[in-house]
Order: sequence, then C-alpha cells, then structure tokens
Amino acid sequence: MLSLTSPIRTPYHALRASTKLLALCVFTLAVTLSGDPRAVWGAAALVAGLYLAGGLRFAAAGLRMLRPLVFFVAIVALWHGILGEWAEGALVIGKLAAAFGLANLVTMTTRLDDMIALVERVAAPLARLGIEPRLPALSLALVMRFVPVQLQRAAALGEAWRARSRRRPGWRLVTPLALLAIDDAEHVSDALRARGGVRPPASSKG
Amino acid sequence: MERNLAYVALFAALIAVLGLIPKITLMSGVPITAQSLGIMLCGTVLGARRGALAVLLFLGLVALGLPLLAGGRGGIGVFFTPSVGYLIGWPIAAYATGWITERFGAGKPLALTAGIASVIGGIVVLYVPGIIGMAAMLDKTLPQASLLALPFIPGDLVKAVLAGLVTAALARARPGAVLSRS
Repeated sequence: MLSLTSPIRTPYHALRASTKLLALCVFTLAVTLSGDPRAVWGAAALVAGLYLAGGLRFAAAGLRMLRPLVFFVAIVALWHGILGEWAEGALVIGKLAAAFGLANLVTMTTRLDDMIALVERVAAPLARLGIEPRLPALSLALVMRFVPVQLQRAAALGEAWRARSRRRPGWRLVTPLALLAIDDAEHVSDALRARGGVRPPASSKG
Repeated sequence: MERNLAYVALFAALIAVLGLIPKITLMSGVPITAQSLGIMLCGTVLGARRGALAVLLFLGLVALGLPLLAGGRGGIGVFFTPSVGYLIGWPIAAYATGWITERFGAGKPLALTAGIASVIGGIVVLYVPGIIGMAAMLDKTLPQASLLALPFIPGDLVKAVLAGLVTAALARARPGAVLSRS
C-alpha cells in the first residue's frame, strides 16, 4: 500500500524517526502555548524554510499536503473577517499551518518500516506486563494486508451492482463488505491458530 | 485471542475502506463518507472493547503515515488539525456504542438497539470531544464551535440508522459473528 512518505530524498530522511517525533512534540507544544505573533510567524517561516531546503518539488508536495486545512482557513477567515479581527484570525491560521506543516514533514520523510520498527521498540516492555509485544506490529501488518484486499472487493461489488442497475450502489455495499470482513476474520483467526497462534516467539511476520 | 485479533484487524481495515469508497451524497447535497459509519459498526458488531481497539488500530495506521482517512488524508499531521477532537473521540464513540448495544439489547430488535446506540455513541458522545477540539484549535468559544458542527448532524443521523440496519442484517447472516451479542 502507498504511504505518504515522499519519494523525493531530503536530508531529513536520514534522521531517526524517534528524534523527529520528539522534535515535533517540543515544537508543537511551544507553538500552541505561545501567544506572541512574532514567535508564531517565526515558527511558520522556519517550517517553510525546512521544506524549501528539501528542494522546490518537495516544498510543492508539502504544500499539497496542507489541503485539509483549506476548509478551516476559509471558516476562520470568514469569521474573523466579519468581526474585523484580522490579526487574531491570522494568528490562529499561522499556528495551525506551522504545527500541521511540521507534522506532515515528519510523515513525508519517515519510511513506514522505520515507524513500525519504532512501534516494535516502544512495545517491547509490554512483555513484562504479560502482553505479547509482537501484537501491535502484527495487527498493523494484518490491516495493511487487508485494506487493499477489501478495496478490491468493494470495487468488484460496485461493478456487479452497476451491471444490474443504473442507480449508484451507495450504502448498499456496506453490508456485503462487512459480511466479507467477518468471514475473512474467521479465516484469518483459523490461519493464525493453525500456525501456532500469536504467542510463540516465531520469527515469521504474519 | 487470535479470533479477537483477527476481528479487530479486519474491522480496522473496514473503517479505512469505507472512507475510501466513493462518497454518498445526501439529498441536501452535503457529501458524506461512510467512515463514521465504520466507527459505529465497530461498536455495534464488535462490542465495546474490541470496537474501541479496532478504531485505535486504524488511528495508529493513520498516524504512521498511511492515507486512510476519508479523502486520502493521513500522517501525524491530522492530529494537529481542528478535527483532532473527532479523531480522539472515535475510539470513545465506538466503546460507548458497543457498550450500549451489549447492555440494552435483550429482547429488543437489534436494528433498533444498534441504531439508538449509534446515535448516542457515534453522535452525542463523539461530538463532545469533537467540539472541544475545534474550539481549542480555532480559538472559538464552545457555543461557536458547536455551530460549526451542526451541518454534520443530519448525515450522521442517517449513518446511525444505516448502522442499525447493517448490524441486524449481519446478525441474520452470521449469527455467531456479531460479537456484541455473544
């Protein structure tokens, strides 16, 4: 499955995932708590600079990742525009863009494998609580395997519907999709048990 | 153990797929995706604990950088947008929906119980953190943020009704598989 990691190499790709996440936490906390417009705009400019350092094409890809904010920016602009409080509105948008932008930067420059390796490392102490530490990574792998499978099923069900009706299938696909998910779950649990279950420390990756 | 894991994983995948298949357009013209229907189904079908775990697993994949939210969004960044309250509220909503379906179902039609549970869990319980999140991130008061949430209520009511109907259909087709009833 495609992840959001950028294929354009940047120096940030080489940094450790844990380092980047820690930096993101500190940065976001500082930006959120700060009420000083200069600090907020400085932070937003810093994030923009970090993107530009990765090249123009990389920065353009980063800009496209900001799309989910458009809706909220429009609302804030309208709201504060009516009230005439432009400075406050701009500050809210600046904070949002800085925090969201840097978080996207971490996502765009960290490979999925590295993220999952981090999950495995963080989960390791769970063994002391009697919880199987491979469980989180195994569950993640299972979902990643089955999202494309179910998407394909959804497409096939949609085609079968359209072959018989001129109307759009819409919500009518939900029941058969959920039914197939239930059947898959039974098969997967049988398969897991047949291979010795989750507990034994086998090295295979589900 | 394996059965629980398999159900949790498959329903996490189902949430993703429901967000990615083409969206349903209501009569009012407001486009809605079926993703929040997936959250409700996790509760009504899997029950409180497994339902909440499935949602958490789905959010974990989103955080790791997979574009599984409706509209192909994803990455850690989505937890820094004004929608963050809804994301945090999702597992809570699935838990509440599942809890109600488990507790108050005996002797009543499943479609009704699951539908009402979806309204309470998937709308009432979900909107509390959702509205708080928007108020905090957009620097608004709670009543102002509530105003922003209003347009989404009709679509979510439709989804709650659908969640009830789908759950009942699933229970008819695979009686042993609706875990909130076992």
